[in-house]
Amino acid sequence: MNSIRYNLKQAFLQVVRNRAMSLASVFSIMAMLLILGVSFVTVVNIGVAMEKAKEGYDTVLIHLEDDTAEWQVENIIDTLRSMQEVQEATFLPKDDALEQWKTEWGNYGYLLDSLPKNPLPDGVVVKLSDLVGADKVVRRATNFNGVLEVKYYRDTVEKLMKVTNFIQMAALVIMGFLIIISVVVVSNTIKLTVFARAEEINIMKYIGATNWFIRGPFLVEGVIIGLISASLSVGVISLVYYKVIELVQSDITNMFKFRLVPMEFMSYNLIWIFIALGVSIGACGSIISMRRFLDT
Amino acid sequence: MIRFTNVTKHYKTNIGLDNVSIEIERGDFVFLVGASGAGKSTLIKLILKEIDADSGSIMVNGTEVTTLSNRLVPKLRRSIGIVFQDFRLLPRMTVFENVAFAMEIVHARPRAIRRQVPQVLSLVGISDKAYKYPDELSAGEQQRVAIARAIVNNPTFLMADEPTGNLDPETAWEIMRLLEQINIRGTTILMVTHAKDIVDRMGKRVIAIDNGKIIRDNIGTYAIGDSYEA
Ligand SMILES: Nc1ncnc2c1ncn2[C@@H]1O[C@H](COP(=O)(O)OP(=O)(O)OP(=O)(O)O)[C@@H](O)[C@H]1O
Ligand SMILES: [Mg+2]
Repeated sequence: MNSIRYNLKQAFLQVVRNRAMSLASVFSIMAMLLILGVSFVTVVNIGVAMEKAKEGYDTVLIHLEDDTAEWQVENIIDTLRSMQEVQEATFLPKDDALEQWKTEWGNYGYLLDSLPKNPLPDGVVVKLSDLVGADKVVRRATNFNGVLEVKYYRDTVEKLMKVTNFIQMAALVIMGFLIIISVVVVSNTIKLTVFARAEEINIMKYIGATNWFIRGPFLVEGVIIGLISASLSVGVISLVYYKVIELVQSDITNMFKFRLVPMEFMSYNLIWIFIALGVSIGACGSIISMRRFLDT
Repeated sequence: MIRFTNVTKHYKTNIGLDNVSIEIERGDFVFLVGASGAGKSTLIKLILKEIDADSGSIMVNGTEVTTLSNRLVPKLRRSIGIVFQDFRLLPRMTVFENVAFAMEIVHARPRAIRRQVPQVLSLVGISDKAYKYPDELSAGEQQRVAIARAIVNNPTFLMADEPTGNLDPETAWEIMRLLEQINIRGTTILMVTHAKDIVDRMGKRVIAIDNGKIIRDNIGTYAIGDSYEA
């Protein structure tokens, strides 16, 4: 308890005495965390968008020709329902389809009011019970009389996912590099304070201080720097993200049927990630910086 | 208390110690003398395991130092009080904090620190300077602080490497009286010195080394008409 107070006191004194250096460390960790935060926000949003896209996997949409008779439609629906791969098949009248479209466009839905006539055909919405059988259902549906076209987006979505997976991997690699770089920067910063105190460290060793005792204040110094950087970074990222949502959400995203992940969720997760990273970077940096001094 | 048995330490080109055997009993006051480069500091560093011996055995307080693991070196050093010619106080701490630091290292309780530090400061005679920083003190006062720090944990053994080397003769004598007092309280003392008059007047055991070898070990004087003057 005594030593906690000792470590905190010494660490704060060091941070204050080396204001310039501490600030430099804070900025370098912040720069790293901010880039990391942007990557994180992007990756999470892409991930959510992909999950959403995957939901489309289990739906096959059949567009019907205009002159298809009611009994033909019933036949199509009954046949499909009897298939093992189909969970449910329902008729979607073109007016309902237009209504759905309007809802999806939200504030811009009024644009569709100006259409002279409904451009959408009647359709049948098929919910698959088993994705593996999707091709079979698609093939069967194409063969019905009165079917205009069969829409199933899996291939497109999968191509898209390959791209986004690559983006996510790249982001992870970049994050890894950034973490290493900031550990190096911090350890160099703290090394300067250690160098300045080499004589003191030597004296401490002479009178029998253990390596961990000597390291304590420097470790806490690194942790303090990490914590400060983490808090500032969470603040900056949240603010920027909040602005982005405010600007972008209503306009673009509605048209793509996709909402950005809310800021509260992002901030809540980022706080813990940043604190964990900031603290470990600070601590690792300080331990590395002292390695050479404390090898005996 | 301290026993060297056939200890040899050679540096790359110089001889540090050459097949040295010494025994220092509990409660002794021993001077270690010899010309510059004779190997005195080498002997001190071996006891602190700051350097490792090439061969031989070094027992300190019943512990074999030559095979001691690095992890246990701090514990060894805490059991030994150390005083240097250049004081080696922590410049950013007050006199009180410097002495308290030695107690914090051994995880002493704050109450014990508040009780013992003033006692030791008064023993070495600098109670009135407790809240000054080292650079506000005279050399003699700084050495008193260093001695206070060395004895605050009640070590049974105190080593001093030329503790009076940076002091004027009068201050040197004050420090010697202080060390003698500490010795009378039961602490074993090993002191390296070049000060012939001090050794001669104290009349304690004197170990003389030259070129890494013990050339004399007796009670009495620094040297009798020989070559290693201060
Ligand atoms: N780290 C070292 N590397 C190489 N040689 C060393 C080293 N330390 C000491 N020596 C040599 O070992 C010999 C003994 O040195 P030591 O420091 O023990 O002498 P000393 O008796 O303490 O001298 P002084 O009275 O000047 O302090 C000297 O010849 C010295 O040059
Ligand atoms: Mg020496």
